[in-house]
Amino acid sequence: MRHGRVPFILGFLVAPVTLYSYFVLWPYVQTINLSFYQWRGFTKKRWVGLENYDRMLHADRFWQALEHHAVILVLLPLATIAFALFFAFLLNVGGKGRGGKTAGVWGSSFYRVVFFLPQVLAVPVIGVLFATVYRPNESGLINGVLLKAGLDKPIGFLIEKNLALPALIAVLVWQAVGFYVVLFSAGMANIPAEIYEAAELDGASKVSLFFRVTLPLLWDTIQTAWVYLGILAFDAFAIVSVLAQDNGGPDGATTVLGLEIYNNMQQNRYGDAATYGVALCLLSLVFAAFTLRLTRRESYEY
Amino acid sequence: MSVTPESPSQQPNALSRRTVLQRAAVAGLVATPAVGFLAACADSGSDDETSTPNSGATSAANPLGAPEDQPINVVIFNGGYGDKYATDVHEPMYKKAHPKSEVKHQSSQAISTLVQPLIAGGNAPEFVNNSGEKSLDFGALVADGQLQDLTALFDAPSVDDPSKKVRDTLVPGTVDTGSFNGKPYVLYYVSTVFGIWYSGKLFTDNGWAPAKTWSEFTALCDKIKAKGIAPYAYAGANAAYYQWNIILTSAAKIGGADILKNIDNLEDGAWKVDAVKQAAEAWAEIGAKYNLQGAEGLKHTDVQLKQNQYQLAMYPSGDWIENEQKKDTPEGFKYQMLTTPSITGSDKLKSTALRATAGEGYMVLAKSKNPKGGMEYMRQMLSKAGGKGFTEVVKAPTVVLGSTDGLTFTPGTQSSQDALKAAGSEVFNLFFDGWYKDLDKEARTATNELMFGRIKADAFVERIQKKADEIKKDSSITKFKR
Repeated sequence: MRHGRVPFILGFLVAPVTLYSYFVLWPYVQTINLSFYQWRGFTKKRWVGLENYDRMLHADRFWQALEHHAVILVLLPLATIAFALFFAFLLNVGGKGRGGKTAGVWGSSFYRVVFFLPQVLAVPVIGVLFATVYRPNESGLINGVLLKAGLDKPIGFLIEKNLALPALIAVLVWQAVGFYVVLFSAGMANIPAEIYEAAELDGASKVSLFFRVTLPLLWDTIQTAWVYLGILAFDAFAIVSVLAQDNGGPDGATTVLGLEIYNNMQQNRYGDAATYGVALCLLSLVFAAFTLRLTRRESYEY
Repeated sequence: MSVTPESPSQQPNALSRRTVLQRAAVAGLVATPAVGFLAACADSGSDDETSTPNSGATSAANPLGAPEDQPINVVIFNGGYGDKYATDVHEPMYKKAHPKSEVKHQSSQAISTLVQPLIAGGNAPEFVNNSGEKSLDFGALVADGQLQDLTALFDAPSVDDPSKKVRDTLVPGTVDTGSFNGKPYVLYYVSTVFGIWYSGKLFTDNGWAPAKTWSEFTALCDKIKAKGIAPYAYAGANAAYYQWNIILTSAAKIGGADILKNIDNLEDGAWKVDAVKQAAEAWAEIGAKYNLQGAEGLKHTDVQLKQNQYQLAMYPSGDWIENEQKKDTPEGFKYQMLTTPSITGSDKLKSTALRATAGEGYMVLAKSKNPKGGMEYMRQMLSKAGGKGFTEVVKAPTVVLGSTDGLTFTPGTQSSQDALKAAGSEVFNLFFDGWYKDLDKEARTATNELMFGRIKADAFVERIQKKADEIKKDSSITKFKR
C-alpha cells in the first residue's frame, strides 16, 4: 500500500502543477525578466538593468497611484464589509424569529437577488452605467435630480479632484456588496441557531446579537473578505479605465498601478509596463501576507 | 482585463462555508498575478523573423515589382470612415490590376489588439490602416524598423499618368507629414482641416457672423450666451487635444509657424515663448466665461450631440466631424468652419491661417511577406479613381490632387475646403503628438487644468515644458526632427 502512494500522489499533481507553472509561474518569471529590458513589443529587447525601476520611482504618477491604492485599501473593504454585514444580518437574523428560529426581514429572498445583481454585470457595463449616473449636467441621474431640486451648479463627481476617487470607490462598493452579502449569509447560516436562541433567551437585543454572536463567529469569513477586497483594491483598473476622466484623471487624481501598466503598454513601453507589474505584484503579496498575519486569531469550534 | 476573480461568485449558495473560504483564498492568490501575466503574454512570439521580401518582374502595370501570385493582407480601421471604402473601392481596384494576387481583408476597431500579436508572432499583415484610439505607435514602429520605407512608392510612376511620379500627384506636404527624420514611412491619405465648427443655421437665424478678431469673438460669445446657449466647449473627459490644438493654432498665428516646429523638435523653452502663453491666456478666459455646463466631464460624443441640439454654439474639431455626426445632425444644421480668430492686432499670420494635415495613416509592414504588394495597394489607392471612390463613400477629400473634380461636397467639407483655399500659403501643421505620446498626454491634462480654471497660462506652459524636457533627456525615447 505504502509504496503505491508516491506515484499515486504524483499522478494527481503532475497536471495541475504543470499547468500552474506554465500559465502562472512562468509569466511571472517572464515579467520580472522583462522589467529589466526596454522592449517595444516588435523585435529585439534591449537590456537596461534597473533603468525602468529608476524611472518608475521618479514618476509622479507612480506615487499618485500608490496613494490611491492606500486610500482604496482602507475605504473599499471598510465600506463593503460594513454594508455587507449589515445587509446579511438583516437578511438572516434581522427579522422576527418564528418558533425559536431566527429569520431575515420580510422579503429577504427577493433582496438577496437584488443585492447580488450588480455582481453579474460586467465592469465596463457598470462603468457606462455610472457615467450616466454621474454625468455633470441635467441629463445625469444624480445631477438631473439635484438641478431640478434647485442646485445651481452640477456636482462634478468625476471632475473634482477630491471627489473623483471616492466616486469611483462608491461604484466598486456598489458592485462588491452583493457578493459579500452572500458570503456572509453562508457564514451566518452555519452559526448554530442554539447560540442565537440562548442569547435571545438571555434578553440580548438585535444589536448585541450582532456584536456578541454574529461578528465573532464570522471572524474567519470577514478576514477572508478583507484579503479579497484588499486584492480588489490593488486592481480597480477596469473601472478607472472606463469611468474616470482623461485616463486616470483629472490630472492623475484617480490613477492606479493597473492603469499605469496599461498606459505604458499603449505607448509600447513594455519594459516599463512590466516594471509596474512587478511593483503591483510585490505590493499585493506583501498586503496578503501582512493581513493574514495581522488578523490571525483563534477560530471558534462549534 | 479585470482581475476580479469570478469563480466563487457563480454558485455561492451551494458551497459550504469552508469551501467558500478556501476558494476565496485560492482565487485571491490567482488574482494577483493576472496583471503581470498580461504584460508577459505578449512576450512569447519569435523575435527574429526575417523574411526576405518577395519580388516579381517589374512592368508598366507593376512598376514596384510586386509578386503577382502572392496574397496581401489588408487591415482596415473600422472607425469614423468604416471599411466600406476598402471593400468596395480600393480592394476591387487592386484585384482588377492584379487578378492573381488574393486580397485578404480584415477590419477592426482596435488595431493594436489585432496587429500587435501578428507582428510579434512573425505574421505581420502587408497593409495596415493604423488609426483610432487603439492604434499602434508610429514612432515606436519606425524606431524598431517595422515600417517599409515608402520612398520607392512615392517615386514610382502614378497609375493615371506614368510620366508623373506618385509624389507629384499628391497635395504638397503629404509625403512630409508621414516622414520620420526625413524618410517617408506612413501614407496619410485624408486631407484634414482643423478649425472651430458651428451651425450655419443657428448663426443665420440669429444674425451672428463668424469672428475674425478676438474682440469680435468675445462679443460673439457674449451674444450667444445672452441667448441662453453655451458659446464654446470641448470635451474634457477624453478629447482635450481638440483644445490644445486650438491653443497652439492661435500661438502659431501670434508668433509664426516656427513656434510649432520648435515644439516638435523639443527645443529648449519652446513652450515657454510669449506666443504660447498669450494664446493660453486668451483661451483660458473663454474657458472660464463661456463654457458649456459640465463640459469637463463629458465625452466628445456628448458635447457634439449638444451642438446638434443647438445647446452649444462652437466646437473645435477637424473636418471629420460632419461625417461623424451624420446620424445626429438635424435637418438644415449646416456645419460650417471658422478659423481661430486673431488674438493680437500684430499677429504674424492672418486670421485665415489654419492647421491642415493629411490624416488617417496607412502603413506597409517591412517584415510582412509581401511588402511590395502592400505598396502596390497604396499606389492604387493614390490613383484618381481611388481618391474619388474614397470621397464618394466617406465624403472626405483625399490627398490625391484632382480626385474631387466633379464631386459636390457637403456644406461642412465645402466650408473647410474654402477655408483651406483662403489660407493660401499660411497652412501649418504639428507632429509632436504622434511622435511623443507622453507629451500629448501631458498637454491634454494641462489643457483641462487651464481651461477649467485650475491653473494659469504660466503654469500651463511650465508644466508641458517640464515634460518636453524630460522626454528630451530620456534616452529610451527615439527622437524625431523636422
